[in-house]
Amino acid sequence: MTAAIALSGLRKSFGRTSALDGLDLTVRAGEVHGLLGPNGAGKTTTLRILLGLLRADSGTATVLGGDPWRDIATLHRRLAYVPGDVTLWPNLTGGEVIDLLGRLRGGINTTRKAKLIERFEFDPTKKGRAYSSGNRQKVALISALASDVELLLLDEPTAGLDPLMQAVFEDCVAEIRAEGRTVLLSSHVLAEVEKVCDRVSIIRHGKLVETGSLTELRHLTRTSVEADLVSPPDGVVTLPGVHEAHVSGTHLRCQVDTDQLDPVLRALTGLGVRGLMCRPPTLEELFLRHYEVNR
Amino acid sequence: MNALTGTGTLVRLALRRDRVLLPVWIAVFVLMAVTSASATKGLFPTAESVVQAASVMNGTPALVAVYGRIYDPTSLGALAMLKALGTGAVIVGILSIVLVVRHTRAEEDAGRLELVGSGVVGRWAPLTAALAVVVGADVVLGVLTAVAVAAAGLPVAGSVAFGLAWMSVGVAFACIAAVAVQVVRTARAAIGLSMALLGVVFLLRAAGDTADVAGPRWLSWLSPLGWGQQFRPYAGDRWWVLAITLAFAVVVAAVAYLLVSRRDHGAGVFPERLGPATAAPSLRGPLSLAWRLHRGVLLGWTIGFVTYGLMVGSVADSIGSMMGSAESQEMLLKLGGRDVLTDAVFAAMFGLLAVIASAYGVLTSMRLHTEETAGRANPVLAAAVTRARWAMSHVWVALAGTALLLVSAGLAAGVVHAVQTGDGGQVGRVLVGALVQVPAAWVLTGVVVTLFGVSPRLAAAGWAVLVAFLLLGELGPLLELDQWLMDFSPFAHVPRMPGGTVTAAPLVWLVVVAVALTAAGLTALRRRDVA
Repeated sequence: MTAAIALSGLRKSFGRTSALDGLDLTVRAGEVHGLLGPNGAGKTTTLRILLGLLRADSGTATVLGGDPWRDIATLHRRLAYVPGDVTLWPNLTGGEVIDLLGRLRGGINTTRKAKLIERFEFDPTKKGRAYSSGNRQKVALISALASDVELLLLDEPTAGLDPLMQAVFEDCVAEIRAEGRTVLLSSHVLAEVEKVCDRVSIIRHGKLVETGSLTELRHLTRTSVEADLVSPPDGVVTLPGVHEAHVSGTHLRCQVDTDQLDPVLRALTGLGVRGLMCRPPTLEELFLRHYEVNR
Repeated sequence: MNALTGTGTLVRLALRRDRVLLPVWIAVFVLMAVTSASATKGLFPTAESVVQAASVMNGTPALVAVYGRIYDPTSLGALAMLKALGTGAVIVGILSIVLVVRHTRAEEDAGRLELVGSGVVGRWAPLTAALAVVVGADVVLGVLTAVAVAAAGLPVAGSVAFGLAWMSVGVAFACIAAVAVQVVRTARAAIGLSMALLGVVFLLRAAGDTADVAGPRWLSWLSPLGWGQQFRPYAGDRWWVLAITLAFAVVVAAVAYLLVSRRDHGAGVFPERLGPATAAPSLRGPLSLAWRLHRGVLLGWTIGFVTYGLMVGSVADSIGSMMGSAESQEMLLKLGGRDVLTDAVFAAMFGLLAVIASAYGVLTSMRLHTEETAGRANPVLAAAVTRARWAMSHVWVALAGTALLLVSAGLAAGVVHAVQTGDGGQVGRVLVGALVQVPAAWVLTGVVVTLFGVSPRLAAAGWAVLVAFLLLGELGPLLELDQWLMDFSPFAHVPRMPGGTVTAAPLVWLVVVAVALTAAGLTALRRRDVA
């Protein structure tokens, strides 16, 4: 599969603070890719380099086969961007800004735009200064989602949206994926990334920490297992891959390395299982664990 | 908690924010006053020379219109401080407006006042704090100016009256701005409204001061700028005018407090109207966006320039008849008659207009900086728009707007002058006088683009460059600076029209400089990070 975005060894510093410290990132064409990281990890800087707003100090960046710094006008016809903090012109209405941004990009799909305005329950007749931050976000989102572009760059797109609107957004992203278009979405909202993304890259301090599909990432993590057994699980606790075991009588609560699940479960069934609860790690745990490991 | 709770804290916050700005502008004003006071003394060594200069000043309606009247032709102080009293008071008014808006509606626009207002802060506290800071600054300015000018050797009583004049104009406009920020919804509109009022009262004073004895001289008394003049520093020192300005300030401030108690946070007096749900087909690119953002302000400026042009056109012709004394009539004939003097008035007026028009160019091209820092440049640059195209969209409006302003003032002046003299050919002659100023005014836009291209923070230095050019032109001859130094100002290279001969070379060079500066700015912009 070809890469829609390929970054390698990207460095960028502002004065003495280093925002990106040798970032590598690959986004395949046609996938929804989550860029996950805490505040200040370098997510926005990455997106702004992809847009050619910032120039990387070193390293290479390729977007849709082009150089984001040099090929601005041609590349930007093929992508749409939603900034994390949307500011509007105070005396233009939301509807006017949606149309304007679409036209600046080279055209807007009016039927899709009308549908999106309805789905997001957006009032396009208000002046820019009258919108709440969630509604300002909708302006940028509707304009971007209504364009027929190959690549969408979304910087924390749901930060100001209520849960209902977040659901609408997730549906929209699913439709875009079905159309074979590419999305790079930055977020620190883990549930959102979990719901909509095919693959995830976790960055921290301007470096790639982990990348892969959610299933792949889960291989690196532990499943929590809770079992009610017929006999005490003394032998199980010492098996490789079992961590943080708590035993009270015949009750066992522990974390199991996901690649060691099979032998552990066999051992448990050998003891006789009355009740069993297995929970895959949430992205939350995955995220926290990376920070623990790297702290 | 009462309506004023928290005022003290907000005053300290404002002083903290302006800890550089306030001392610097107060110092600049004091310096300007002292320079006028001490420089003029040397130029008029004898009592006769003072009287002669004062009668020329009073006899030239254009000068009276711009600076005001000298009420005691024998007073060196009145002559020395005429320009400072006229022009200085206007700038004190402008700064008071800007400061009040900066600490009230601008904070509300930015959403910071909402954060502050959620604390233990009374409804009247933000307005009171802003007025306290600005009125306080005006008082300090008045006191320091009076002391400094007296120290420079002018009579003490007159110096105090001069300080009071500046102070009272500043206080009056601080209160006017306090009302404006309640009426309209944005900082930009509040500044626009206050400046428009300042323009109106300037014209009232100009009309009243230039009227003859039988004419409507009372018009000056309708203007806070007129009251500033009526303190008559060094020419009678009329203290009681202070009562008028203070009464005006109290009444206007009361209106502001009444309005602030009645309106919602973030709203103006009039409710917001809804707009179109879709963009008109004409709103399609960066240039049409820039035009949409600038057109309202440009309309306001154009009205101002046309009004000024009409005024200049109508007073210019009255010059010959106003030159009453036999000596000056004789001098006039030597110079080549009435027309020469009329032409000189036009040239001088358009010279002043060119500086103001270049301020429009600076203001408009500075919008690039505002757009970038507010994050509104981002969505445009993230679309299929190059940086140069985005920047040029605002620069085109700045350049075309500057030209439009000068042309409309020139046309207005020319048409009125042609009607008065019954000579249709005057329209073209006068218009050329305004047109030759255009390239010099363009240079300022180029300066801003260069600065902005290097770094957005530098763009504001465009104002400093404009003020430096203005001071070179105004004070350069007074301080007897070297010509090469004064030649730094683009306005020094404009041929004096009408009446002179147009030489193409300086005009072409000024255009080349403006283009080169713009190109340099665009090149630098292409290389730097966009915030």
